Amino acid sequence: MNELTHTPGLSFSIHKGVTRWGEIAIKGWLGICTAISLITTVSIVVVLLVESFDFFRAVSPLDFFFGTRWVPLLKPSSYGVLPLVWGTIQITVGAAVIAIPLGLASAIYLSEYANDRVRTWVKPALELLAGIPTVVYGYFALTFVTPMLHKVIADIQVFNALSAAIVVGIMILPTIATLSDNALRAVPVSLRQAAYAVGATSYEVTTSIVVPAGLSGVMASFLLAISRAIGETMAVSLAAGQTPNLSLSMLGSIETMTAYIVQISLGDTPSGSIAYQTLFAVAALLFFITLMINVISQWILGRFREVYD
Amino acid sequence: MALSEPLDTTADKRKASEAVLELQDVSVLYSGKAAVKKVSCTIWRNRITSIIGPSGCGKSTLLRSLNRMNDFVDGVTIEGQILFAGQNLYGSAVDPVEVRRRIGMVFQKPNPFPKSIFNNISWGPSINGYSGSMDELVERSLSQAALWEEVKDRLHESALNLSGGQQQRLCIARALAMEPQVLLMDEPCSALDPISTAHIEDLLFELQSRYTIVIVTHNMQQAARVSDYTAFMEMGNLVEFGETDQIFTRPEKKRTEEYVTGRFG
Repeated sequence: MNELTHTPGLSFSIHKGVTRWGEIAIKGWLGICTAISLITTVSIVVVLLVESFDFFRAVSPLDFFFGTRWVPLLKPSSYGVLPLVWGTIQITVGAAVIAIPLGLASAIYLSEYANDRVRTWVKPALELLAGIPTVVYGYFALTFVTPMLHKVIADIQVFNALSAAIVVGIMILPTIATLSDNALRAVPVSLRQAAYAVGATSYEVTTSIVVPAGLSGVMASFLLAISRAIGETMAVSLAAGQTPNLSLSMLGSIETMTAYIVQISLGDTPSGSIAYQTLFAVAALLFFITLMINVISQWILGRFREVYD
Repeated sequence: MALSEPLDTTADKRKASEAVLELQDVSVLYSGKAAVKKVSCTIWRNRITSIIGPSGCGKSTLLRSLNRMNDFVDGVTIEGQILFAGQNLYGSAVDPVEVRRRIGMVFQKPNPFPKSIFNNISWGPSINGYSGSMDELVERSLSQAALWEEVKDRLHESALNLSGGQQQRLCIARALAMEPQVLLMDEPCSALDPISTAHIEDLLFELQSRYTIVIVTHNMQQAARVSDYTAFMEMGNLVEFGETDQIFTRPEKKRTEEYVTGRFG
């Protein structure tokens, strides 16, 4: 401490008690900015819960969660949400089936096989896919994918779940590819060297060492992409139509939870009616599902993370 | 060593041994810049050869060119010839995977796979089509690396739970399980405490009778203790190569003498 007091300039400012107003103002401003997003989230949850509560006073939760007919606007009305959930599942699973193998393969190619020059071109190009507005994907499905599918499958409808699933799969592919690539490249080089040094081929190093070591990040990328697919709205509304349908076929029109929310929001359903309140019940369910997926992905990240020094 | 040895022990040892690796004017270039310059020397069977020299002298680079680990570095080129059992390691017909199977490597920092202790050992042999009893191979390899007694009751626990010294012995066991003809060690003790280092050095003496070992070290005492032959490198050049006793007691080059007596480095 002696040196400090001997330092000119420091010796007299140490005890002076200067109030740094600028510092306080900055701190306050940053705190407010953080609070805004928190407040927004909390308000949304509160609104969803309050409105859903009103809805569930009129409709039994049993009918809502387990009913198989979704006819909220016509008499006799029925509020079984399963057809909407099923539509969302069809799109999500279909998209995942397309995007997971392709995305993981791209990630492996980028991190393990491509040289730096290829990677610097390919990765931004892949990320560009994520920047295309989703409404464009919807029209792409309607005007390109469906006509192409029609050539192969004659009885496909104009609005169908298959083409929507395909474009949503393409849409979430960059999420999987870039996040998995990051996860794989975070695996230490020393591990790869160890594997090569016992006579492994690139393929063996990738499949038995690198992918298992980066698995937590890879799984998290899958779940993040899946929650994007669940929440995807525009492309699905345009391509898959608005017909709640609890059927195994993906060739016909369906309706997802998000597409239903769009339909009611844009329509002329009087506010306060039960039909209008379905909006909030469906939105609350959707929120709960994506929240669960995020919680699970956080858990996976923590649970399977390997710590290297 | 036999008691009735003639005075010229170098010649005798060479007679008793045969060349495993022969380096002929080997240069290693990174994007055209030479990190190793025209090195020629011979690695003898069942002997320990150490490579010493100051940091950045190219000793690790040279070591990595002996099992084609430099292949993964962009822009690296090798000039000259490295003969392994008479065949050029960099010949067009040579499969680098097969080279690495026969010439094992232990790295500077312990790098066990994020797998169980057992699977760390068994992975290499199993992908290379080992058909014998895996339990026996794992026990034998761990025993050779003086690790068996410490881990035999927890073979199926993660290798990442072991201490640094144990991890490094596991890495040695992993390399030994491949029954390599040559074992390359790149400063294997540099990340370890003195007790673990002593463990590994004892281990080297044990392995000496069965394996050909090339060890890079910046620790001259270690080189003097464990090796039969010593190569001294500086700025990419092989300054002197010879029997360890000779390098440390009667070096021919002034530079070698200055280095081994600690005047620089």
